[in-house]
Amino acid sequence: MSPETRRILALHGGLLLLLLGLQFVLPAYHHGNLARIMVLASYAIGYNILFGYTGLLSLGHALFFAAGMYGMALTIQYAGFSPAPALLAGLLAGLVVSAGLAMLALRTTGVAFMIVTLMFAQAGYLSILYFGEYTRGDEGFVIQTARRMLWGIDLSDPTNRYLAALLLFSVCLALSLWLVRAPFGRVLVAIRENEERVQMLGYDTHAHKLGAMIVSGTISALAGAVYGLLFGYAGASFASVQYSIFPLLWVLLGGAGTVLGPFLGTLFMFYLIDLSSGLTTAYMLIAGVALVVLTLFAPQGLAGELRRRLWGWLP
Amino acid sequence: MSGAPLLSTRGLSKHFDGLQAVRDVDLDLAPGEARALIGPNGAGKTTLVGMICGRITPSAGRVMFDGADITPLPAHERIGLGMAYTFQITSVFHALPVRENLALAARRRLKGAAVQDAVERALARVGLPRDIGGQAAGNLSYGHQRLLELAMGLVQAPRLLILDEPTQGLSDSEIDGFKALIGELKGATTILLIEHNMSVVMDVADRITVLDGGTVLADGTPAEIHENAAVQAAYLGTG
Ligand SMILES: Nc1ncnc2c1ncn2[C@@H]1O[C@H](COP(=O)(O)OP(=O)(O)OP(=O)(O)O)[C@@H](O)[C@H]1O
Ligand SMILES: [Mg+2]
Repeated sequence: MSPETRRILALHGGLLLLLLGLQFVLPAYHHGNLARIMVLASYAIGYNILFGYTGLLSLGHALFFAAGMYGMALTIQYAGFSPAPALLAGLLAGLVVSAGLAMLALRTTGVAFMIVTLMFAQAGYLSILYFGEYTRGDEGFVIQTARRMLWGIDLSDPTNRYLAALLLFSVCLALSLWLVRAPFGRVLVAIRENEERVQMLGYDTHAHKLGAMIVSGTISALAGAVYGLLFGYAGASFASVQYSIFPLLWVLLGGAGTVLGPFLGTLFMFYLIDLSSGLTTAYMLIAGVALVVLTLFAPQGLAGELRRRLWGWLP
Repeated sequence: MSGAPLLSTRGLSKHFDGLQAVRDVDLDLAPGEARALIGPNGAGKTTLVGMICGRITPSAGRVMFDGADITPLPAHERIGLGMAYTFQITSVFHALPVRENLALAARRRLKGAAVQDAVERALARVGLPRDIGGQAAGNLSYGHQRLLELAMGLVQAPRLLILDEPTQGLSDSEIDGFKALIGELKGATTILLIEHNMSVVMDVADRITVLDGGTVLADGTPAEIHENAAVQAAYLGTG
């Protein structure tokens, strides 16, 4: 193992150990927050694979998040699934939806790609409202505690929920770390930098972008499914355009194209909104100003600046 | 020249809107030969090789490689068959380290430790100093970026290497190194070289094709081309 690999494993493994340790010391309020942040950061990790590493800006990832969430919740609610197969159903829903959208949207590039992803996500959102009889539309529905027992573990219990969130986050973090250092991920980065050159090196760039979008969408869907299961709720708001913008902001703030960026960005923005809403009702204004300041002084995001200034080896 | 050609084109043509950039070009490259493609600016050289390697869709005509018609194949599949192309306008990955640029080019055919070996060999072969391997390609001098572009072609170990003005921006000593390199490759690798520097052309080419106004003006050995009056006329003042 090269010294660089060892350093990378120590840093990322260290973060996971820290998060595990925090389980035992955090006060209840922050403990609950962090569980939520870890699941949302997993969503951001999925988003980052397409946006940060492949350079494709999607405005429709809420479609994948919601596909996972409803794939899980509807099968529990109406097919009587237990959590494990329901999670799998959410994951498969994300796989199918992201493969379908990838095949359509990747015919376009640039702004057209953004618009196509946005339109399809809106269509998804409207479909959820349209089938309100089953989905309960904006109001959403609660998944009963009794149905959230995974192999005898009660996922509504804060400790179990925290550990489940950490498990999801660890898997997503490890997966993205492995992916971006593997030949496939290196080609994605090269596509982001200069797609024509990659083609002229003999790589099928379309197939790579297709793969990236499916991996990205499926991770996002898994995060959506876990979110619904851990917090016991599914609602149409998770399919709204807001939930497509969130991962973009988290990733931009944390550092697009860095493995740690999605977590840092999600953590930062969550507490930014949390703290400023405690101070004033105009909390979005404070959040907005902070975002502008960060974009001006750390345009590459938190982890991106870290890489530029200190740790050139950061993946 | 004997044996079946490695590369052939028949009636290859391209027009951009009204402009006929390449008209009805027939070309045959024997395995192992070094062919120079020369002609004044705007003659259609880059467009012609672009159609050969799949960057540009022809308006008419066919491309045959190793006995098969590859006209319908996308660029990456043609590269996969053993072509490599180096860009006239340097096209490296600016934000990525030099070694990663080369590794990307090598990994399509190699795995694991063999990639690093091939990368180091390619660096040495074009005469790039080893210690720049960790730098971002965008920080290299123009000449070094040209050499990197060349190394990215070499590291693919292609059967047909297409070089679009590789010596542009190189120093005299680097140009000498380039001539020696082509001398070594020749025979094992078929080379299609677009080149403005006539000393390079005369030194390394087995045959020369002269393109002017999109059509083949002349085709022959360096000595024949040297004698050719039409070529002299086309080149007057542009040598
Ligand atoms: N994409 C394009 N769209 C329109 N015209 C083009 C395009 N590419 C090339 N041309 C035109 O086609 C002609 C041939 O261009 P090409 O680049 O093939 O010439 P060249 O022989 O490579 O010239 P140079 O020696 O300057 O590189 C030129 O008149 C050029 O302006
Ligand atoms: Mg040219």
